[in-house]
Amino acid sequence: MPINNFREDEKLTESLNFDIIKRLLTYLKPYKGAVVKTLLLMAVVITVELLNPYFLKVGIDKYIKVGDVKSLMILGGGMILLNAVSMVCSRFRIMTMGRVSNKILLTIRQQLYTHIQKLSFSFFDNRPIGKILARIIGDVNSLNELFTNCVTSLVPELVKITSVAVIMMLMNYRLGLVALATLPFMVIAMFFVMTVSRKRWQDFRKKTSNMNAFTHEDFSGIRVVQSFAAEKETSETFFQLVKEQMASFVRAVRMNDFFWPIVEMSWGVGNILVFWCGASLITTNSITPGLLVAFTSYVSMFWQPIMNISNFYNQLVTNMSGAERIFEILDIDPDIKDRLEAKPMPGIRGEVSFRNVTFGYDQDQPVLKDVSFDVSAGQTIALVGSTGAGKTTVVNLISRFYEVSDGAVLIDGYNLNHVMLETLRGQIGLMPQDTFLFSTTIKENIKYGKLDATDEEIIAAAKAVSAHDFIMKFEKGYDTDVNERGTRLSAGQRQLIAFARTLLANPRILILDEATASIDTHTERLVQQGIRKLLKGRTSFVIAHRLSTIRNADRIMVIEEGGIVESGTHEELIRLQGQYYNLYVSQFKFLNDEEEDAS
Amino acid sequence: MKRLWELMKKQWRGYAIAISALLTAIIIDMYNPYFVGQIVDRVIMNGEMPYLKTALLALAAITIGRAILGYTKEYGFDVTSSKVIVNLRKKLFDQIQKLSFSFFDENNTGELMSRIKEDTENIMSAICYGIMLFLEQCIYFIIATVILFLINWKLTLICLVTMPLIEYVVFKLERKIGKTYEKISDQRAVLNTTAQQNIAGVRLVKAFGREKHEIQKFLQQNEENYKINYEQARTMAKYNPPIEFLSNVVLVLVISFGGYFVIGGDMSLGTLVAFSNYIFMLIWPMRMMGWLTNVLAQCLASIKKIEKIFNEEPLIKNCENPKEPEDIRGHVVFRNVGFEFGGTPVLKDINIDAGPGSTVAIMGITGAGKSSLINLIARYYDCTAGNVYFDGIDVRDMELSLLRNNVSAVMQDTFLFSDTIEENIRFGVVGITEEEFLAASRDAQVEEFVSQMPDGYSTVIGERGIGLSGGQKQRISIARALIRKSKVLIMDDSTSALDMGTEYAIQKAMDRRKGITRFIIAHRVSAVKNADEILYFENGEIVERGTHDELLGIRGRYYDTYCEQYRDYVAALEKEVV
Repeated sequence: MPINNFREDEKLTESLNFDIIKRLLTYLKPYKGAVVKTLLLMAVVITVELLNPYFLKVGIDKYIKVGDVKSLMILGGGMILLNAVSMVCSRFRIMTMGRVSNKILLTIRQQLYTHIQKLSFSFFDNRPIGKILARIIGDVNSLNELFTNCVTSLVPELVKITSVAVIMMLMNYRLGLVALATLPFMVIAMFFVMTVSRKRWQDFRKKTSNMNAFTHEDFSGIRVVQSFAAEKETSETFFQLVKEQMASFVRAVRMNDFFWPIVEMSWGVGNILVFWCGASLITTNSITPGLLVAFTSYVSMFWQPIMNISNFYNQLVTNMSGAERIFEILDIDPDIKDRLEAKPMPGIRGEVSFRNVTFGYDQDQPVLKDVSFDVSAGQTIALVGSTGAGKTTVVNLISRFYEVSDGAVLIDGYNLNHVMLETLRGQIGLMPQDTFLFSTTIKENIKYGKLDATDEEIIAAAKAVSAHDFIMKFEKGYDTDVNERGTRLSAGQRQLIAFARTLLANPRILILDEATASIDTHTERLVQQGIRKLLKGRTSFVIAHRLSTIRNADRIMVIEEGGIVESGTHEELIRLQGQYYNLYVSQFKFLNDEEEDAS
Repeated sequence: MKRLWELMKKQWRGYAIAISALLTAIIIDMYNPYFVGQIVDRVIMNGEMPYLKTALLALAAITIGRAILGYTKEYGFDVTSSKVIVNLRKKLFDQIQKLSFSFFDENNTGELMSRIKEDTENIMSAICYGIMLFLEQCIYFIIATVILFLINWKLTLICLVTMPLIEYVVFKLERKIGKTYEKISDQRAVLNTTAQQNIAGVRLVKAFGREKHEIQKFLQQNEENYKINYEQARTMAKYNPPIEFLSNVVLVLVISFGGYFVIGGDMSLGTLVAFSNYIFMLIWPMRMMGWLTNVLAQCLASIKKIEKIFNEEPLIKNCENPKEPEDIRGHVVFRNVGFEFGGTPVLKDINIDAGPGSTVAIMGITGAGKSSLINLIARYYDCTAGNVYFDGIDVRDMELSLLRNNVSAVMQDTFLFSDTIEENIRFGVVGITEEEFLAASRDAQVEEFVSQMPDGYSTVIGERGIGLSGGQKQRISIARALIRKSKVLIMDDSTSALDMGTEYAIQKAMDRRKGITRFIIAHRVSAVKNADEILYFENGEIVERGTHDELLGIRGRYYDTYCEQYRDYVAALEKEVV
C-alpha cells in the first residue's frame, strides 16, 4: 500500500448506509432494558405533549362555553399534574439515554483503540498519526451526536408522524391519501439528496482528516518550521487545506440544504391538494366542513415533525460517515497476529537462527534475500553495513514486527510465526533508532520497562547506564517531566533513559539499533561496563557506525544489498581484508586525509 | 470573543443575506394562516368556490417563496459561518506557530490539535445553527407576544409570568453546563494526547509488548470522559424538563385564566380560541432556550480555551525597530553567555568567536549543554546572561526571520514531513533552481540512495520519515539545510547514523562550499577533527579548546576520546615510533 500523506485523501471502502445502522444497533443489545425503559418514558412524554392541545380544546368547548369554573379548575390541575409527570419521565429518559449512549461511545472508542493496538507496523507506516487520531477522537465524538439526536428527536418525531398518519386515514381515507400524496415524491427526492450528499460528506471527513494530519505534523515538527523561518509557507499549506475542507463542507451543504425546501414543498402542495379535493368533497356532501378544518390541522401536525427532523438532518448524515470510517478501521485485519495454534514462548535461552529468510516491505522489492545464519546463546553480534542495507530489517524480524515472506526465523528452535507475540516481545529488549519517551516523568518512563518495578530497581537501572548523575541534577530528580517526546532532555540523555528502561525489562535478547549514536564515547564506555554485568550471558545484537562500539563483538556480520557478505570476529575480518577491512581502514584514511591531500 | 466578532463582522454581507432571507420567510409565513382562514370562512363555510383558486394559487406562491428563502437562509448561514471558521482557524494556527519553543515544550501536540479542530467546530455550530435558531425563535416570540397583546393584554401578561422562572432555570443551566463543557473540552484534550502519544510511540509499545497496559491506560481516560459526558447529560436532565414544564404551564394559564375572563364576561370565547392558536408560537421559543443554552455554553467554553492561546505572548519575537543588515557575513560571537532552563543552569560564561567561513566543532559529555549552545544562535531560546552577536549585532536586535533564514540547522531529531523527498528538501524556501536542488541533494549524498528508488525524488515518505533508515533521514535533513545557502550552518549530531564513508563524502562536499560558518556537534573524532576550533564541553562549560593537534597535545578528555575510538590506530602508531 502506498504511503498516505496530508495532501492526499484516504480511500474508503464502500458500504451500505443500512449496514452501518444495523451495526450501530447491535451496540444497543446489552442495554435492552434501558432502551425499553426509555421508550416507555418517551411514550408518556409524547402522549402528554399530544394531549396538551386537546385539553385546551376540551376546556374551551366543554367548560368555558357553559361557564363551568369548577371543572375548568380540575382540568387545569389535571394538566399541571400530567405535565409534572411528564417532566419527571423526561428527566429519567434523558438520564437513561445519556448513560446508554455514552456507555456505547465508551465501548466503541475502547474497541477502536484496542483494535488499533493490534494492528501491525505496516498500518502505522502508511498513515499519518493525525489521520488515525481523527478517527479515534473526532469520528467517535460525532457518533455521540448521532445517538443523542436519534433518541431525542428522530424516534419521538417518527412516532408522532406515524400516529398522525393513522389518525388521518381513520378520519377519512380518501382525504388521507390525498394529504399523503406528496409523501412518495418527498421520499424519492430525499433519497436522491441523501445519495449525493453522502459522498460529499465522506469527502468532507477525508478533508478534515487531511487538515488534522497536517496540524499534527506541523506542531510536532514546529522546531524545524521555526528554525527555517518557514511559518509563512506552512501557514499557506494549512490555509489551503482548511479552505479545501470548508469547500467540501459547502459542497455537501449545498446539496444537503435541499432537504428543507423539499419538505416545505411537499407540505405546501399536500395542503393545497387537501383543500382542492376537500372542497369538491364538500360540494358532493361526502364530508362535513368541520372535518376538513380538523383535517388541515392534522396535515400540519404530520409535516411539522418531518420539518424538525430536517433541521438536524445535516448532522445525521455527517455523523453516519463518521461511523462508516470507524467501522472501516475495525474491519482491518492485523497482518501480524497470533495464529490459532500459537503457543507461548518459553523463557528464551538465546539461540537465534535465520533460515533462508527473504523479506521485503514491498512484495516486489526484497530487502533481505535468502539470508541464513545461526547465533548461539550469549553471543554479541554486531551488524555493519552502509545505510539502507537491511540491518534494521534483520532486527525487526527477530521481534516479529514484520513476518518473513519466505524462510523462517527461529529462537531456541521455535519458529517465531508459531509463538504468541506478547510472550515473545516481552523477552526481547529493543532500543530503536528513534528514541521515544512519553510525556511524563523520568521515573514513569523508565518504569515502562517493568510496570511493577520498585524505586530501587529504577535507580539501579539508571545507575547502570550512568544516567543517575544527570537525573539527580534536575531539581525534581526522577520526577522531572520530560515533555512530549522527551524534548526536555538532550538526545543523548534520552537514549540513556531508554537504555535504563530496556535494562529494567531484563530482556533475554537485547537489540541495540544505533542506540548509543547520540551518546559520547566516554559515557558509552561507562554504559557498556554497566550493562555487561547485568546482561551477562544474554544474546545481543548491536547496530552501530562507531567501530569502537562494535569491535568487541563476538561476531561481526557485514550486510550489503540484502545479504550477509562477511561474518567473523574483528581479527578474522581484518585478516580477510574484505569489506569490513576497508571500512575499518577507511576511518583512519579519513583521519589522515589532510596529510594525504598535502602530499 | 472580540476576535470572533471581528471575523463575523467581515462576513456581514453573507449574514445580511441569510438574515434577510430568514426575515422575509417569516413575513411570508404570516400570510399562510390568513389564506387558510379565508378558505375556511369563504369557501368551506360559505361555498364561495371561485375564491378557492385564487387562495390556492396564493398558497402555492407562499410555499415556493418559503422553499427558496429557506434554502437561501440555511445555505447562507452555512457558507458564511464556514468562512468565519476558516479565518479563525488560520489565525489560531498562525498564532500557535508564532509561539516559542518553550511553549511547545509545555503543550502537547494532541491538545493543540483539539483547539484547532474540536473547539473551532463547537464555535461553528454556535455561529451557524445557534444564531439562526436564536434569531428565528426571538422573532417568533416577539411577533407572538405582540399579536397576543393585541388580542388580550391581560391574559398575555399572565402568560409571560412564567418567563422569569424559565430565565432563572436557563441561567442556572448555563452556569452549570458551562463548567461541564470546560471539563469536557479538557478531558477531550487529555484523551487526544493519550491516543496521540500511543500512536506516535507505537513502535515502543509493541517492542515492549505493552499493548494491554496501553489499553488499560486509555480505558481510564475513556471512563473519565464517560463520567464527564454523563454529567453533562445529567445536568441537561435536571434543567431541561423544568423548562419544558414551565412552557406547558402557560397552556394551563391560558385555559384557566382565559376561561375565568370568558366566564366573567371580560373576553369573548372567539378571542380565547384565537389566543389559544397563537400561544404555541410563544411556547416553542421558550422550549428552545434549553437547547440553545447548551450550544452557547459549549461555544463559550471553547472560546475560552482558544482565547488562552491567543493571549499567549511569544517569548521570542522581534524587538522594536529590528536591524536588517544587507550584507551578511556569518560572524558569530558568544560573549559571556549563560543560559538557564527550567531553573537549572545549563551554560556558564561561554565565549566563542567564529569568524566567517570558519568551523567550530563541539564535543562533550551527554547533556553538557552542546545543543543548548547552538539553540541560542538563531534564537530558538534566548540566553539568560551575556550576548550572542551575529555580524556584530546582538541577535535579539536582529529581524528574526532574517536571522533564521541565515542560520540553517540540521537538528538532532531529524523531523521530516509525510511528503515527497523533493518537497522535504525544498521545505521552506522558494525560487530554488533544479540545479541548486540537485547540487544540495548530491552534496548531502541523498542522490546516492534516491536514485535506487523507483519513484526517485517523488517518493512519498511517512510521517517523521518512516520507511527510511536513520542515515537516510539524516542525509535528507542535511540537504534541506544546504539548499538554503545560509551563511551559518549548524549540524547538531546529524551524521551519527551515517557510515564513515558517507560522512566523509559530505564533509568534503561542504568544504567545497566556501564562506559558510559551521557549528558541528559530534561524538566521532572523524567528524570534528578538521575544525578550526574544537570545544570540549562538560557541565555547561568549555573545559578544553583548540585544534585537533593542540588538543591531542594536552592529552586531556579529547585525547581520551580519540584513543578510545582509534585504539588500534594509536597502538599501531606507537609501535611505529618504537
